[in-house]
Amino acid sequence: MDFISILSVFVLACFVGYYVVWSVTPALHTPLMAVTNAISSVIIVGALIAAAAGSVGSAGEASKWLGLLAVVLASINIFGGFAVTARMLAMYKKKAR
Amino acid sequence: MESIAQSPWAALAYLVAGICFILALRGLSSPSTSQRGNRLGMIGMTIAVVTTLVTHFPHEVARTGAFPGSAVFPDPVAAGEIFVAILIGAMIGIVTARRIPMTAMPQLVAAFHSLVGLAAVLVACAAFLNPAAFGIADLVVPLIGAPFESIHPVSRIEMGLGVAIGAITFSGSVIAFLKLNGNMGGKPILLPARHVINLGLLAAILGLVGYFTQDQSPWIFWTVTVLSFAIGFLLIIPIGGADMPVVVSMLNSYSGWAAAAMGFTLHNSAMIITGALVGSSGAILSYIMCKAMNRSFISVIAGGFGGDAGGGAGAAAAVDRPWKRGSAEDAAFLMSQAEQVIIVPGYGMAVAQAQHVLREMADKLKGHGVRVKYAIHPVAGRMPGHMNVLLAEANVPYDEVFELEDINSEFAQTDVAFVIGANDVTNPAAKTDKSSPIYGMPILDVEKAKTVLFIKRSMGGVGYAGVDNEVFYRDNTMMLLADAKKMVEEIVKALD
Repeated sequence: MDFISILSVFVLACFVGYYVVWSVTPALHTPLMAVTNAISSVIIVGALIAAAAGSVGSAGEASKWLGLLAVVLASINIFGGFAVTARMLAMYKKKAR
Repeated sequence: MESIAQSPWAALAYLVAGICFILALRGLSSPSTSQRGNRLGMIGMTIAVVTTLVTHFPHEVARTGAFPGSAVFPDPVAAGEIFVAILIGAMIGIVTARRIPMTAMPQLVAAFHSLVGLAAVLVACAAFLNPAAFGIADLVVPLIGAPFESIHPVSRIEMGLGVAIGAITFSGSVIAFLKLNGNMGGKPILLPARHVINLGLLAAILGLVGYFTQDQSPWIFWTVTVLSFAIGFLLIIPIGGADMPVVVSMLNSYSGWAAAAMGFTLHNSAMIITGALVGSSGAILSYIMCKAMNRSFISVIAGGFGGDAGGGAGAAAAVDRPWKRGSAEDAAFLMSQAEQVIIVPGYGMAVAQAQHVLREMADKLKGHGVRVKYAIHPVAGRMPGHMNVLLAEANVPYDEVFELEDINSEFAQTDVAFVIGANDVTNPAAKTDKSSPIYGMPILDVEKAKTVLFIKRSMGGVGYAGVDNEVFYRDNTMMLLADAKKMVEEIVKALD
């Protein structure tokens, strides 16, 4: 992908985000923050690439370990974020009739 | 610029992951679809992770054998390390998510933001140290000297911005966490000339990122990283406790932009879509919070609100004015005779952990044939939607809980407004007193109810904004001075 196509994806996604987030009910704003937190850990993709790269030389070695540490951090966020969101959402119940 | 060899299938998979994330947020438009949304988010994440692992399976280049340097083998050891890393993260994450009390949600979210920020910094550092692995560099063989990997200029900007935003997110979130968790006072810490320092740092960071395109020296990259850590720290320390909902939302937004910046570096559509979603989400939440406090975003960032300034005079005057004190029995009698009671919870309810006994009280009242509703101000609590989660935890049905604009007109036809742990959000000075620091902030019109029951620890204290509340001294107000939980427990007993 060239820079312009990436930029297009980004700008369009910002618009999608704008409309989708305004449609979120205020009662669910805390779960919204928890779940956005979890999905922003998609940065794990970069961490995995770094951790999986063949480590040649000291810079390569350092890069690999930085990647592995980032994998740990992002995993905490992914699992923790989705789990805590699920826990919160399970509490929202309608009036029992 | 065919920098990253990405198979069309992988690109497609990342796109699907991005769409899953959009649908995940879309699901939050109603509590009934929200759980499905969360599951779609998990599916999207699984797709992204699996795709990356398939396309970037760890390999090693043969150093010995018949074809040294040309044959490539899968590397099970490296794959195992990655697996262990994910496992460690999963365990910490799941245990934390299970144990955390709902009242501590703001701290948890701040802590999670800091992890995203730090992960972004680490990925950017890894990309800087080993650009070839990310496919963002060309091998340059100069006439003199050793060959080196020259990172593409566009990638240098993306990487510089990524590391800067990530570092700001990290150090800012750490401070926000410490403040929310009570390890650090909520009072703003004001350095002299802090605006000059911050603007100077910002200019230095942007300048260095610009210069980075010309010169790939490590010192530039590391200086940008260190300066960004510093500015994140300096940005959040002057912001007071009352503005924390804005800060948490703002850091949410930053963590998104950090992911987007790294997505640009890696040409990864899943990261870019997610970054844009999260970035706009945090920005919108910050906007909603600012509007609910009638503050401009700039004034929140500038900091200093919610200290002692201005509060002294109001609090001193407060003691002299007449006010009515009520008992739990009075409150129980008034509410059991009412047709409709609106409960207004605030952060004080969370601190006292009174949400469960509050729901018990509401159940008792319903037994007396009273209609019970809850009114939530957008900035009640320390993060957007915090009160709703706490009430949901106490099994309050969500269709009894109303937002400010949906319920505000009902106070005039309500017999009792029951304020528990809220203060500033009910202060009519916001409508009448132009000199008040909270002037213009939308408030819940509790004073229009026939009777206002106001639970408060003592008459001396003031809200976060440090202003006295006119409602305390109204004829139709009865002050219930006690710990919120104890008072509600006594009311429950009196209702039997």
